[in-house]
Amino acid sequence: MRSAYRFINSREKIMKGVFLASALFSVVALATITVFLLMNGVPFIAKTGFGNFIFGTKWAPIADSPAYGIFSMIVASLYVTALSVLFGVGVGLFTAVCLYKFCPKKLASFIRQTVNLLAGIPSVIFGLFGMTVIVPFIRDYISPTGVGYGILSSSIVLGIMVLPTIVSVSLDAMNAVPGSYFEGALALGATKEEATFKVMLPAAKSGILAGVVLAIGRAIGETMAVIMVIGGSAEMPRSLFQSVRTLTANIAMGATEIKGEAEYALIATGVVLFVFTLLLNVSFSLLKRDGDGKSKKKAKVGKK
Amino acid sequence: MKKGDRNTGRVFYTALRILSIFMTVISVISLFTIIIYLLINGCDKLSWQLLFGKYGDKPSILPAFIGTLYLVAVATLIAVPIGIFTAVYLVEYMNNKGKTVKIIRIAAETLAGIPSIVYGLFGYLVFVVTLGWGYSLLGGGITLAIMILPVIVRSTEESLLAVPDSYREGSLALGAGKVRTVFSVVLPAAASGIVTSVILAVGRVVSESAVLILTIGMVVNNLPETIMSQGTSLALDIYYFASNGYPDEASATSVVLLAVVLLLNAAANGIGRLLKKKTGEI
Repeated sequence: MRSAYRFINSREKIMKGVFLASALFSVVALATITVFLLMNGVPFIAKTGFGNFIFGTKWAPIADSPAYGIFSMIVASLYVTALSVLFGVGVGLFTAVCLYKFCPKKLASFIRQTVNLLAGIPSVIFGLFGMTVIVPFIRDYISPTGVGYGILSSSIVLGIMVLPTIVSVSLDAMNAVPGSYFEGALALGATKEEATFKVMLPAAKSGILAGVVLAIGRAIGETMAVIMVIGGSAEMPRSLFQSVRTLTANIAMGATEIKGEAEYALIATGVVLFVFTLLLNVSFSLLKRDGDGKSKKKAKVGKK
Repeated sequence: MKKGDRNTGRVFYTALRILSIFMTVISVISLFTIIIYLLINGCDKLSWQLLFGKYGDKPSILPAFIGTLYLVAVATLIAVPIGIFTAVYLVEYMNNKGKTVKIIRIAAETLAGIPSIVYGLFGYLVFVVTLGWGYSLLGGGITLAIMILPVIVRSTEESLLAVPDSYREGSLALGAGKVRTVFSVVLPAAASGIVTSVILAVGRVVSESAVLILTIGMVVNNLPETIMSQGTSLALDIYYFASNGYPDEASATSVVLLAVVLLLNAAANGIGRLLKKKTGEI
């Protein structure tokens, strides 16, 4: 009897160890990723000079006297991200509001399901769509320079891509606001529209902001859809209709162009991108904590 | 408030309402346009040669099928057990409290936010350069496994939390140990959610391409012989065809990829519902 207990006991202990080891795998993986990137990227940045690398505008890795400045790509990345999130939020937030109040329930749930489905479409397919439809359209009808590739095309493609994220996160945030707020506003004489835009939307603010940060993260990190519509010249962006290159595009395109020493320039680009996303992650969790704290406070007030 | 103000306010908010309906129409149309355009444009370009032919003068996506299968197998075999065990540890052993849980959760959330191209660089550095495997399907699969891990952990956690505590208490009261409770009571009760999340993770593996550019080599014309060979995947083939002057093949392949992704989605919904029925949740 006793030995049986011991057997069971040791099995419990072993399995607990296995579970713990699996749980620590994420931590180990994150640490390994960080170490490998920094170990290979930072020495290169140090060698080139931090200022030259980040603020240099000339990118010529295979020239005789190579130059590795990624400032134009940082600027392009920021432009594309800002514009696409602007598109995405502008359309997505209003869509969420409409699905929340101004749309028949059945239609709303149908639209929501479709939008969720679209969140799963591979980015390379968005890229293909951009390349075969949006780029020629912009080239023929909108662009003053006759170039379809560039920041505007990328922003439209990415805007469509982040749309599902923004719609579903904003909708969740608004659904989490207690219905009594809405009824209270109506009782005070507000119309349905006023109650929605003046009361529900501000109450869901932190959730919506978290969704925007998520969308920014997706937009700045997206590679495939961007490289198919951005053009790819490593030039300083001066117009929306000009072939440029983002940080992600630099890594992906460079990987097929560059060999040897200059490869470390790509890893260093990855380090910059990594730092950007870490910053976004931190602000996301701060926003989330802020939101949670507020709703807890509200709950407490409600209990009193 | 004066009466006039009130009226302009009303007009303003009604305008906002109309604007929001208009925006909904725009988003629905733009999303539908993509799918419909790709289907119309790609369906008639599907051919036997493209799907199952030998890669010779004309391109074929057979190598991509095989490569995708390899990648899915490697990524799920690694990520699914580790992901489920992580969730079990967080929910069943630590009750979602404490410092360890916090660290693990932060790590998982950070992993979820890293762009796929950075994962690609990592895979390149570790598997291609440091371990000296060269471009390989195995390296790509392992990199993808790390990428989908947070997805599996998060949704498994949610399914475990949804299992009522009375199940666990009942099992413990009948004399089962913790491990036995987890494996024969809690996990089966959470099966529908877990299976759904695994299928969705497979969907992410199938649709990913940025990681693979840097890890598996984009060799489109050769059937991969072993798991260590270079290869390609369906998503990578689309990029290759589109940027190397095969626009027809690109749109046909995107129809195939779209079909695979939609099927996986439908399967996730269907199997989730079936398992729920079996365990009597509905």
